[in-house]
Amino acid sequence: MEWMAWTLPTTLFFAGIGIILLGMTAWQFATPTLSRQGFLPIATTRGDRLFIGLLSSGWLHLLWLGFTDQVLWIISVVCVVWMLLLMKWG
Amino acid sequence: MQRTHNNRAWWLVLPVVIVVAFSAIIPMMTVVNYSVQDIFDPSTRFFVGTEWYREILRDERLHDSLIRQFIYSFAVLAIEIPLGIAVALSMPRKGAMVSLCMILLALPLLIPWNVVGTIWQIIGREDIGLYGWALGQLGIDYNYASNPADAWVTVLVMDVWHWTSLVALLCYSGLRAIPDVYYQAARIDRASPWAVFRYIQLPKLKSVLLIGIMLRFMDSFMIYTEPFVLTGGGPGTTTTFLSQTLTQMAIGQFDLGRAAAFSLIYFLIILLVSWLFYTAMTHQDSDDA
Repeated sequence: MEWMAWTLPTTLFFAGIGIILLGMTAWQFATPTLSRQGFLPIATTRGDRLFIGLLSSGWLHLLWLGFTDQVLWIISVVCVVWMLLLMKWG
Repeated sequence: MQRTHNNRAWWLVLPVVIVVAFSAIIPMMTVVNYSVQDIFDPSTRFFVGTEWYREILRDERLHDSLIRQFIYSFAVLAIEIPLGIAVALSMPRKGAMVSLCMILLALPLLIPWNVVGTIWQIIGREDIGLYGWALGQLGIDYNYASNPADAWVTVLVMDVWHWTSLVALLCYSGLRAIPDVYYQAARIDRASPWAVFRYIQLPKLKSVLLIGIMLRFMDSFMIYTEPFVLTGGGPGTTTTFLSQTLTQMAIGQFDLGRAAAFSLIYFLIILLVSWLFYTAMTHQDSDDA
């Protein structure tokens, strides 16, 4: 795997994504998701909300990097809170 | 509220997941790894964190390239979608001419991208090319190699020539799927051709048009070969689109870390737009149901 040029932060990032996906899969087998409407304008399943959360978090990080010189962890914390809100009430 | 049934069916997706893992996911993970490093080869690399992202997001050259790309994609859609609908509407509904029209329409779609670029490079020449020569005969001073406006027109005309057929064929299939009773009702109401189009054909074409718009947007947004062969991105950088800028950075300058960060931003743009189209399509389907 040397050719993939792994670093510790990217390993942790992908491990996190992998754990979330495995957890979501197990959750889906245990209690299949229901499509429902929350504060988002469309009806979504758990998987939809996770995807929306990850995609929007990616964009929020890019906007942060593009428009500010502040440290990155501030937006990372905001994104974690955003994802929790989205998964619960989105 | 609708309950999802039989999740075991997801196992059938496993083969494609494995193929996609090797063809897309693992390379993508490698790109993410590269994007946080100043890297020459896997044994010569330095961790730089988000430095490349900050640089790329503030790079004027890339902003210009992105703006050009959006203008190009929207121009392609603005021309090809109405033109494709018009071609589909003017095609015969039955008879031997249907096959002939479909073969003629399919022909440009079968030509490889680099050949299309070469064809238009020759057609656009004023000395031996039909298009360039005809414009010269009309007294128009045309040179796609030195005039940015001419280069843009030629790149757009080339794309329209290559891909309008796709939109036309999609729309034609959509039109053929409309039951005849709708037209009978329109005849009883003495609806005008415009009313038939506006209130019967266009609403029924919504699904195929969304697919057509998505395909054309994605494809035009990632265009590389045709303008590269035709204009080489010039004159200057006037027809240098995102993928060519990325290739120059990755292969020309061998700036792999920056190029990796750039390609991930590029990917996120495409992913966002694809998701918006996908959501619009699936929600339209559920509205129609």
